[in-house]
Amino acid sequence: MRDAYAKNLNAVHIDNLSVYYGQTPAITGVCLDVHDGEYLGIIGPNGGGKSTLLKAILGLVPISAGTVQIYGNNTNKKTALVGYVPQFVILNRKFPISLVDVVLTGRLKQGLSPFFTFTQKDKEKAFEILEKVGLLSLANRQIAELSGGEFQKMLIARALAVNPRLLLLDEPTASVDAVSREQIYSLLSELNKNKTIILVTHDLLAVSSQVHSLACLNGNLIYHGEPELTENIVNNLYGCPVDLIAHGVPHRVLRDHEEEKTVD
Amino acid sequence: MIKALFEYQFLQNAFLSSILASVVCGIIGVIIVEKKLVMMSGGIAHTSYGGVGLGYLLGFEPIIGAFLFSICAALGIGCIKRKSSTHTDVIIGLFWSLGMALGILFIALMPGYPPDLSSYLFGSILSVTKADLYLMISLTFIVVLVIIVLFNDWKAYLFDEEFASIIGIKTAFLEYLLLVLIAMTVVVLIRVVGIILVLALLTAPAASAGMLTSNLKKRMLYAVIFGNIFCLAGLWISYKINIASGASIVILSIICYFLLYTLRFIFKLRPYSHRQD
Ligand SMILES: Nc1ncnc2c1ncn2[C@@H]1O[C@H](COP(=O)(O)OP(=O)(O)OP(=O)(O)O)[C@@H](O)[C@H]1O
Ligand SMILES: [Mg+2]
Repeated sequence: MRDAYAKNLNAVHIDNLSVYYGQTPAITGVCLDVHDGEYLGIIGPNGGGKSTLLKAILGLVPISAGTVQIYGNNTNKKTALVGYVPQFVILNRKFPISLVDVVLTGRLKQGLSPFFTFTQKDKEKAFEILEKVGLLSLANRQIAELSGGEFQKMLIARALAVNPRLLLLDEPTASVDAVSREQIYSLLSELNKNKTIILVTHDLLAVSSQVHSLACLNGNLIYHGEPELTENIVNNLYGCPVDLIAHGVPHRVLRDHEEEKTVD
Repeated sequence: MIKALFEYQFLQNAFLSSILASVVCGIIGVIIVEKKLVMMSGGIAHTSYGGVGLGYLLGFEPIIGAFLFSICAALGIGCIKRKSSTHTDVIIGLFWSLGMALGILFIALMPGYPPDLSSYLFGSILSVTKADLYLMISLTFIVVLVIIVLFNDWKAYLFDEEFASIIGIKTAFLEYLLLVLIAMTVVVLIRVVGIILVLALLTAPAASAGMLTSNLKKRMLYAVIFGNIFCLAGLWISYKINIASGASIVILSIICYFLLYTLRFIFKLRPYSHRQD
C-alpha cells in the first residue's frame, strides 16, 4: 500500500476505459487521473455515463476495455477503502432494520466475520456521523418510516461509516432540501481534508463553489481541469448554454460568456 | 395425546420434527420473505421431487435423493442467474417443472407397482423415521449455526447486496450459501408438510411475525414461535382426525395469518379514527 502510494499519488487511475451495456456504449476511451486529496466534480447530461463511470471505479459493472486502479490496485482487489452513495437504490424499503443499524453495516469487516459484534467504538462512530448529517434524532427509526431525503442522508452516513479514503457520491443532494444540501456540502469539504472525493451532480452551483476540479462526461471525457467552464465545453456537453445560465450559474463557472448571452 | 406422546415412538418423532421444522422455517422464512425468494424456494422444493423418484428407482432413501436434487437445483439456479441475463423467474419455472417431470419419469421406470408418493407431496409427519429425524436434526443445526454465526454479514447482505460487496463482504458466496440453506430447509420441511405445501410453512409464520415486529432478530424468533404453534396444533389435528399433516398444518397457518391480519387491521384503524376526530 505504502509502495503504491509512494509511486503515484493517484487515488484513481483510469486509462482508456470503455464500458458497454451489451452493444450500447455507455462510456468510451475515458482517461482520468484523480489525485489523492482531490475533490472532483463530474457533470454531464442524462445518460452521459456518470453513474457508469462510478460503477466502473467500484467494479460493479464489467469493464469492456482499459484499466481502472484505486490507489494502485485493480478494482477486484478490495484493499483501498471506498465509500459509495448510489444515485438510485433498488432496496427493499420495508426491510426490518433501523437507521442506525444501516449505518453500522458500514463498520463491517471485509470478507466474512463469524461471531462479529459491533464494538462500543463502532457505535460511537455511527452516532457521531448521524449527528453530522443531522439524523441523530431518528437513529432508532425503522427505515420504512423515513422520508426520501432522510433515506438519502442515511446512505451518505453509511458511506462515511466505512471511513473511506475515497468517497464516491452519485447525486447525493438530488432529493434533499436546501438546508440539508448546505449541510452536506460543508460536511464534504470538511471530509475533503483527509479524503479524496468524487461527486457527480447536476447542481452546477455546487460545482462552481465546492469542487477543486471538474470533469465533463458525455460518452467520453470532454473536459477535465479547473472548475471553470468555457462556452465551448458547455456547448459540447449540453448543446444549450442558455439553459445553464437560466439556472443561475454564476459568472465564475461560465468564464467566457458574453453580455448578450443572457436569457432571451 | 400427551399420554400417547410418552408411549409411542412415532408421536415423539412427529413432535420433534415439528419443532425442527418450525425452527428452520422461522429463520429461513423471514429471510426469503424479505429477500423475495419465495418462488425460488418453491422451485427448489419442487425440483427435489426428481430426487424422490430417483431414490425409489435406484432403491436408496428418497429423502437423500430429495436432498441432492434440491442442493443441485439451488446451485444450478444460482449459477445461471449469476452468469446469464435470463430472468430468474424463467429459470425457476424450468427447474420447477423439470424436477417434477423427472420424478414422474423415474417412478414410471420403476418395475412393479408404483409406490405411494403422497407422503412426500403432502407430508406425513406421523411416519417420520429415526433416519429422517437424524437428517432433520443435522440440517437444522447447520442452518441455525450458519445464520447465527454470520448474522451481521447476513443483515448487510440482505439489506443491500451492492453495498455489502463494495465493502468487501463475499456476497457471491453468501448468495450460494443462502440458496443451499434454503435447499436444506426444504428437505427438513418435506417430511412435515410435503413438497407441494412447503411454501405455506415458509411464508405464513414469517409473514405473521412481520406484522408484530420490525426487528430482524425478533421477527425470526416470533416466526419460530408461530411455526411451533402451527406445527404442533396441526400435528394434533392430523393425529385426531387422521388427515395428512401437511394439509392440517397449512390450513391452520393460513387461517392464523388471516386472523392476525384482520386483528391488526381492526386495531390499526382505531388510532387513525381518533386522530381524525
Ligand atoms: N443497466 C443498463 N443496461 C443498459 N444500458 C444502460 C444501463 N445503465 C445505463 N445504461 C445506458 O448507459 C448510458 C449511461 O448511463 P448512466 O446511468 O451512466 O448515465 P448518467 O450520466 O448517470 O445519467 P443521469 O444523469 O441520468 O444519472 C445511458 O445511455 C444508459 O441508457
Ligand atoms: Mg446517473
